[in-house]
This record gives sequence, C-alpha cells and structure tokens, in this order.
Amino acid sequence: MNSNKLLDAKGLACPMPIVKTKKAMNELESGQVLEIHATDKGAKNDLAAWAKSGGHELVKHEVDNEVLKFWIKKG
Amino acid sequence: MTEKKRTTIILFSGDYDKAMAAYIIANGAAAYDHEVTIFHTFWGLNALRKDEPLALKKGLLEKMFAKMMPRGADKMALSKMNFAGMGPKMIKNVIKKHNAMPLPQLIEMAQEQDIKLVACTMTMDLLGLQQEELLDNIEYAGVAAYLADAQEGNVNLFI
Repeated sequence: MNSNKLLDAKGLACPMPIVKTKKAMNELESGQVLEIHATDKGAKNDLAAWAKSGGHELVKHEVDNEVLKFWIKKG
Repeated sequence: MTEKKRTTIILFSGDYDKAMAAYIIANGAAAYDHEVTIFHTFWGLNALRKDEPLALKKGLLEKMFAKMMPRGADKMALSKMNFAGMGPKMIKNVIKKHNAMPLPQLIEMAQEQDIKLVACTMTMDLLGLQQEELLDNIEYAGVAAYLADAQEGNVNLFI
C-alpha cells in the first residue's frame, strides 16, 4: 500500500509510538497516508484508538516478523 | 475539530514509578491532542527540582527538608522494592533495556509537548522550596487555578 510518509517507531516503548505518530501526522495533509512500523505490543490497540479519537482512519495493519505495520489516513 | 479535550493530573507522590506513570499518561494525552496540566503538590514537587544544589537563604527546618528530599526526578525512590536505592538503579537498567523513557526525559518530552507543569505554591512554602530550585518554564498556582482546569477536564487523575 502506498504511503506519503514512513515513521519508524521500532524499538520504542509506550508512550513514544503515539507521541511520534502525532508529530508525523501533523506534517501531513488531510487524505494523506502515514505508514508506521512499531514493535511495541500495545501499539495495535493504541494506534487504533488514537486514530479513531482523532478522526483518522486506520486503513490497514499487518504483522511482518515481529514488526507491526500500520497505515493511517489523515482525517 | 471541535474544542480541545482536557486532561489534568495531580502529582502528589514523590515516587519515581508513580511519577513515571503520571508523565506517561500526560504525554499520551498530549499526543491525543488534549490540553494537559500536571499540578505538582507535596512530594510531587520534587520531580520539578533542578538537580544541582543552589545556595539559597533558608531556615534550619527548610534546609533539613531540602537535604532529605530527592533533588530532581532522577534521584527519586521507588514506591515498592526501593531496597535503599538499589531498586531505582535496577529499574533504570530495565528501562534502558526495554527502550522505555526514564523520568527526566519524560518530563522534557512533556515540556516539548506544551504540557502545563504547575507547582503548588502553598506546599512549596511548607517544604521550603523556592522558585529558583525548580525547573524553568513552569507555572505557579493554587487550588483555584487547578480547579479551573479540572472542571473542564475529561480526564482527572490523582497520583
């Protein structure tokens, strides 16, 4: 899936993935997609909740060898 | 989006682990686009102390308090398993190993995210703490200012 920006949050622990995601999202325009790679096990629930609350859309997520990948479309 | 949501946290505890929890929640709330206030009172004020000693005019009791309380976030003790100072050393090792953020960096991150750090002036007087001893760019207030933030709050915590 195409993305406008990639955020590498691998190895980071709570709350950093969400803090970095927010910062990266601020640099995108509405409709653009941010791709996030994380290894924090809580990231799935965290990012899903965060995206919903902020009016963004979690378009897709997958697991690739311990790495959790997310694509969030800015609302 | 509509008006910003608000999170307020009272940090009463001077324990490293409890302060860490408070600052993680605060940083998370800031990432949630909340306006965040941490109101530091009693032992929680120690998280805001600068780590270098300062020569300030103080009475005997105030000097004793200053000596007995941790000077800054990094010197705070654990609420459980402190083991006379071994506990904090161990937990800092584990924090590093898991790539989590130690408390001083969480406080820096909070300031970067424009989280409002407030020191309670009444308890500063009780503990003999002066503004010069506390971090720069924080605010000084009392219960009314805290309530003004908290009554608009969606999340209010006492830690």
